[in-house]
Amino acid sequence: MGGLTRGYFIQRLLMFFLTIWIGVSLTFAIPRLSGSDPTTAMLLTMMNARGYVENADKIIAAYKESFGLNDPIGIQYIRYLWNVIHFDYGFSFAKFPAAAWSLVTPALPWTLGLLTVASVLSFIFGVTVGSLMGWRKTPRWLNNILPVSLTFTSIPYFMFGILLISIVAFKLHWLPATGGYSRDVNPGWNAPFIKDVLAHAIMPLISIVITSMGGWALGMRGLMIGVNNEDYFLLAQAKGLSPARVFFRYGIRNAILPALTAFALGIGSLIGGSILVEYIFAYPGTGYTLYRAIQEQDYTVIQTITNLIIIITATGVLILDLLYPLIDPRITYKKSVAS
Amino acid sequence: MASDQKVLELNDLNVHYFTPRGAVIAVNHVNLYVKKGEIVGLVGESGCGKTTVAMSTLQMVSAPGRIVGGEIKIEGQNIVNLPEKELRKLRWSKLALIPQGAMNSLNPVTKIKEQMADGITAHEKISGAALRDKVLKLLNDVGLPERVYNMFPHELSGGMKQRVCIAMAVALNPAVIIADEPTSALDVIVQRVVAQTLLDVKNRLGVSMIMIGHDMGLLAQMVDRVAVMYAGNLVEVGPVGSIFEHPYHPYTQLLIDAIPSTKQKKPLKVTEGLTHDLRNPPPGCCFQFRCPFVRDACRQKPPEFKQMEPDHFVACVQYN
Repeated sequence: MGGLTRGYFIQRLLMFFLTIWIGVSLTFAIPRLSGSDPTTAMLLTMMNARGYVENADKIIAAYKESFGLNDPIGIQYIRYLWNVIHFDYGFSFAKFPAAAWSLVTPALPWTLGLLTVASVLSFIFGVTVGSLMGWRKTPRWLNNILPVSLTFTSIPYFMFGILLISIVAFKLHWLPATGGYSRDVNPGWNAPFIKDVLAHAIMPLISIVITSMGGWALGMRGLMIGVNNEDYFLLAQAKGLSPARVFFRYGIRNAILPALTAFALGIGSLIGGSILVEYIFAYPGTGYTLYRAIQEQDYTVIQTITNLIIIITATGVLILDLLYPLIDPRITYKKSVAS
Repeated sequence: MASDQKVLELNDLNVHYFTPRGAVIAVNHVNLYVKKGEIVGLVGESGCGKTTVAMSTLQMVSAPGRIVGGEIKIEGQNIVNLPEKELRKLRWSKLALIPQGAMNSLNPVTKIKEQMADGITAHEKISGAALRDKVLKLLNDVGLPERVYNMFPHELSGGMKQRVCIAMAVALNPAVIIADEPTSALDVIVQRVVAQTLLDVKNRLGVSMIMIGHDMGLLAQMVDRVAVMYAGNLVEVGPVGSIFEHPYHPYTQLLIDAIPSTKQKKPLKVTEGLTHDLRNPPPGCCFQFRCPFVRDACRQKPPEFKQMEPDHFVACVQYN
């Protein structure tokens, strides 16, 4: 019967928590499997900085005590889970008194804002271009133009970013080259700041959209060609329906389903996804934070971001799962099968 | 019951598929007509051009295919090269299709009611309760329960889906319905039910039909006239009784011989030899490479149609 049933909802919700639990447990286990000791690593960085550290063994012991690393692994695990629920990941190793979570939160809106818009735009453009390319009735002039829009797909997006910076920012001085906003504006909900943020976001946005829409377009083209040969598509034309209705209701409506799944799975990579773009544009997002944390071996920050990726991916999949029975009536987890 | 008024005429129809290695002649000088209230069966083996005939009648030959000659008249109006907009008005209201694949001919993501309604509303101003009543009546006419109205295609069996297709095809009471192997994907029992539904609907509404198939046994029970096609050419056309009693063309004889029988075990003869390359047909008869009675004359020039019995024509050199 399609649609959302209560059993289906509960099942999906359980799946959601199970996924997060397994993912979060893995981020707990993997650093402990690696065998390297974060406190010793910290001491080493201190030594590198100052040459000699007195009472190194006492410091290690004190650290272990305060981080709770001497407790049995089970206790550590339960305490970790408890902290994860409260978004409390402890202190950052690299920037010690700062909490790991407090290093990540300021970066979140930047990345989510930029990449959500970029992903949605590239999905919409890509799907539109791809569907038109895969449709037999597309006017010929349009079919000649469309592939041109995919030229930049073959350029890596960071290369395209560098190109944009050098031309648009340095040669033409149209847009600011790097950063999330200028230093001379006051962060907050005021017009100059918002305008400044938008100006800074344009180039990273374009470099992501232009270079990633091609993937969607090519995938969608293949899906659309497949639908073109389906009997129901033929019948829709034989019914004398308007081309627009055939295209949207019979074509895209069916062809887009696998693309939507891929899109939902890609939501998780929003957080860590465009590290290179954020790096090139010095954009203050989580990708850049993750890059720095990996460089500085800042375990707790890495853990924070990893867990965020897990939670956001799971949320994306959950939302898709809940929407799927509405867009594809064949998907339902009901046990009884209609005769 | 069949009157003399011709609702559909194919006059000297030629359809070619333009491939990089030359034009494939899929339909070659086909002349065929359907009278009002008549079912014409179009038979032939796979790849002989049956479906191409159907698709070109609907003006839906897919590229690289093109109608290169001839005319198709529906109620006297030639529809070849009609602009797309005019064609769209004509489709479904004058010419409906019952598609080949029963399993896949309905849009999987929309409800039956919507798929039946959109074909109607594209041509008629009707909505609300009137539309609903019309769709329900159509479902009822093909023997489907009312609940089908609100169901999705995957919730129906193959036979039910095909009956939905029949209900859709008769919705606007078209002049001609083209049924492209309407029962080929179904098992024999369901085939019987669907065939019966088709006949019921046809008798009640008096529509004319071209029924494509390769099952001579099934066609024999349903159609009024049979047209036999081989490699893009019509080789024999005639009333069903006359064809089964006196098949004149060797190919028709072989086809009828190939109908399985429980009384005797017959060796299958039709597979002997291969169809010629459709890109460069041989001079003379199209069946010369497989014909058991082939003579020198067959290789000279193509045979002409000759009337053997009332309304029964055959194109074979031995009768010329």
